[in-house]
Amino acid sequence: MVHNSPALVPLLFLAAAISIPLLAIRNEKVAYPVTMVASFGSVVISSYNILLVLRTGPLTYHFGGWFPPIGIEYVLDPLSSFVALVVNVIAFFVLWHASGIQEREIPGKSVPYYALAMLFLCGANGIIVTGDLFNLYVFLEIFSLAGYGLIGIGERQAPVASFRYLIMGTVGASFYLLGIGFLYIVTGSLNMADVRNILPHIPGNPAVAAALSLIFLGMGIKMAIFPLHGWLPDAYTYAPSTSSALIAPIGTKIAAYVLIRILFFVFGVELVSRSLPITDLIAWLSAIGILYGSVMAMAQNEMKRMLAYSSVAQIGYIGLGIGLANPLGYIGAVLHILNHAFMKGSLFLVAANLRKKTGRSDIANLDVSLRKKLPWSMAAFTVAALSMIGLPPTAGFFSKWYLALGAIDRGEWGFLAVILVSSLLNAVYFFRILEKVYLLPPPQTTGEDPLPEARTGWGFPVGEENYSLMIPVVIVSFSLLLIGLGNANIVKEVIQRVIPLGM
Amino acid sequence: MTFPEMYSSAIPFYAVVVSLIAMPLILLSSRHATLREFWTLAASIVKFSLVFLLLPGALAGRIAGFTFWEISPGIALALQADPFGVFFALIASGLWILTSVYSIGYVRGLKEHKQTRYFASFAVCLSATIGIAFSANLLTFVFFYEILTIATYPLVIHKETKTAVAAGRKYLVYTLTAGILLIAATAWTYRIAGTLDFRAGGLFGDASFSPAAITGLFLLFLGGVGVKAAVMPLHSWLPAAMAAPTPVSALLHAVAVVKSGVFGVVRVVGFVFGPALMRQFDLNIFLATVAGATIILASLLAFRQDNLKHRLAYSTVGHLSYIVLGAALISPASLVGGLLHIANHATMKITLFFCAGAIYVRHHKEKISELNGIGRVMPWTMGAFTLASIGLAGIPPVNGFISKWQLGLGSLQAGELLPLAVLVLSGILNAGYFAPIIFRAFLKTPTVPYEQGEASSAMVIPLVITAVLSLLLGLDPDLFFHFHRLAVAVSGSILGGIIQ
Repeated sequence: MVHNSPALVPLLFLAAAISIPLLAIRNEKVAYPVTMVASFGSVVISSYNILLVLRTGPLTYHFGGWFPPIGIEYVLDPLSSFVALVVNVIAFFVLWHASGIQEREIPGKSVPYYALAMLFLCGANGIIVTGDLFNLYVFLEIFSLAGYGLIGIGERQAPVASFRYLIMGTVGASFYLLGIGFLYIVTGSLNMADVRNILPHIPGNPAVAAALSLIFLGMGIKMAIFPLHGWLPDAYTYAPSTSSALIAPIGTKIAAYVLIRILFFVFGVELVSRSLPITDLIAWLSAIGILYGSVMAMAQNEMKRMLAYSSVAQIGYIGLGIGLANPLGYIGAVLHILNHAFMKGSLFLVAANLRKKTGRSDIANLDVSLRKKLPWSMAAFTVAALSMIGLPPTAGFFSKWYLALGAIDRGEWGFLAVILVSSLLNAVYFFRILEKVYLLPPPQTTGEDPLPEARTGWGFPVGEENYSLMIPVVIVSFSLLLIGLGNANIVKEVIQRVIPLGM
Repeated sequence: MTFPEMYSSAIPFYAVVVSLIAMPLILLSSRHATLREFWTLAASIVKFSLVFLLLPGALAGRIAGFTFWEISPGIALALQADPFGVFFALIASGLWILTSVYSIGYVRGLKEHKQTRYFASFAVCLSATIGIAFSANLLTFVFFYEILTIATYPLVIHKETKTAVAAGRKYLVYTLTAGILLIAATAWTYRIAGTLDFRAGGLFGDASFSPAAITGLFLLFLGGVGVKAAVMPLHSWLPAAMAAPTPVSALLHAVAVVKSGVFGVVRVVGFVFGPALMRQFDLNIFLATVAGATIILASLLAFRQDNLKHRLAYSTVGHLSYIVLGAALISPASLVGGLLHIANHATMKITLFFCAGAIYVRHHKEKISELNGIGRVMPWTMGAFTLASIGLAGIPPVNGFISKWQLGLGSLQAGELLPLAVLVLSGILNAGYFAPIIFRAFLKTPTVPYEQGEASSAMVIPLVITAVLSLLLGLDPDLFFHFHRLAVAVSGSILGGIIQ
């Protein structure tokens, strides 16, 4: 069905991104309300879109009235509308939370932050809905450039981390561009559906293999799949907490989505898993990445850095699901995009609250006084941590469940072992924190509090700073329970609707 | 055997959630000790009553079922109150009432810290235990099994000492590892059988296996449920977990948690694999060997413990394997004996732990070597202790004798003499490690005169009740709860109508 709603969300964010700096010339305070309106609007529109898609089937929109394959086509199918909804919902909660935290994290830079966040989300939504390979590159650049900016406005080391990410990210994007160049040479088209139809007619063409490798390499860097993850830990650690809370749940998932979209819906399952078995490579790299990320996370002393390495591991879950190239693995991968967005979102938000409250987030400094200062944040952290470990009834259990079923289906016992062992490793590094927060008595206070921030909230009946810092965290993390209990509906109504052909 | 009739009922659901509802109420009344204790007691009484309502149906072959919704396409979160489930739920919820009363006496007597967390975790544990009892399929079982793991953790580390934290870590390493093995086994079962619904006699139907695959699957399951069942060499978390407060050791580490493990073993043997597969691939021999070795080794290790709770813990390890042995022998009487031992060991061991706790609260003594002459100042407590010890050694008329008798009968039915020898030897060893305690308590003169007498009545009354219950169940195993009839029904359903 042709409909204009696929284009609405990217345009909404683009308009917000442009208007925020203009409106804020006179009064910086308008930036936040405009951001929230745009973000809330995107949640409403994407909810409407997914309901419409589930009821009437895929929606398409032809830009400028040009029909594909000449014109640019936007497509919303259950997969893209689902990922768009996940991204916009998590972004809404992170931006809600941002109002209370940006004074500490990015003093005086709130307008650029909100404008960049809008641009970042415009890029993300564009990547999700576009049905055109080159248009995807354009949005990818918008998305990435905004991301570099969001990271770069952080602490002193942030520009360096951001620069490193910029170099890596640009290399990745260039690989992607080269890849679609090759595809264009052999197929003469940039429209995804069109390329999909042409490719089976040119079997054994080395240019297709080159395109596939380049696109995988490019997206692998963006997704931070092991061993292309080098940019991620620094970028997430030194970015302001409010940026890492935005980028960590969304950034790598978008690349994972692109990989799913292009591998399974452009190249086709037959090609990527049998003729040119790149999915096996992805599966192996992901499996190594899961173990590597988990072990590295155990070794970190700083919470955000630990969460960053944990992201490397969690991306491995999505990669492993893609690499299994069977329906259960695919379900696991797509479900984990949702689950990980919520888990990492709430964990980074808790880390942000922690920094705001105590001035730092070193694991060594955690003790039982935090439970008194931040009771709700710590409860949210606990739920998210249990979900990361994969305990029922949280959402994380079900990612593992589908991935385990998928691995058994393929007879891949090694992958099964990796999935399960990693949950033990997760337990090690999360219980290390939980044990401190709930059990370790605070050091004897010397009367003078060395951390000035620690005093500000002391008079509050509930130690939490204020409601805008507490409520989004609690909602995001406790919805992990709801997602877990209701996951069968998501799987049946949304994910299973678009199992790629040939799986 | 008549095919059981299923009917839809929300009672199993209410029985599970009642203590889950009590949890927030307990948390909210954190400032009012009496109110908090009231919620715990009310929840335990309501829970037991609900479970008791399911008993007549289970006896008559009418099984109450409750389905929540699908939690994975094709697999629902579902509860059913089959005779085995009701059997286990009756024990766990019934003893929770007594433990609640006892807990109140215990925490007040010791002025424990963080009582809110304590009672709240306890309530969640009981929900999970009843959930395990009523699980209608493996995924639901895994669900509650993992919740039980996490909910028990705050109770293990309750004292927040270094020992307690170390015990907590050990506990998590063992149980979380077990959890992932169980998840792997469950996923694999689903791929092979296409269903996870427990079915008496086995759920695999006509699926074909290679011996390597079925042995691997069985080992995964055994690793999964064997940790909580404390089958050697997976037992060492249990003595460490004695760092928990004594009511926790009493209800969770003698009844709810460890019995969930052996409950799982019986479910796996009788309702997942089934007697035919077990025998075909000699899995029963393997399981019986492990259980037999555990019984003897644990009894021997119990001798070396001077800490009373540790000696009781090793005794628990041994007695849990009685039940595993009963399941492994797969004969009508051995199954009945094993199941009855779930109930009988529960009443006896909880009595012993209650006694240990009463001694600790009143006299702050933990070591057996310090107990000279304590029977003179605590006649009720040590009387109950003596009665339960006699039972565990398998001497009539206490209920331990009944289960041991059935187990011995079952081993003869299975045509094996070795298990019988193990049981006899274990009985002697049990007598051997309990007798010195009783001897010290009653016959030796105290080195320092005791200043206090019995513990508070909130503690003494529950332990006398459990001791009397052990005696009554020994005189009439079918008394009130119809444990015997339920056990015969379960055994019959597993063996497919071969009822004696």
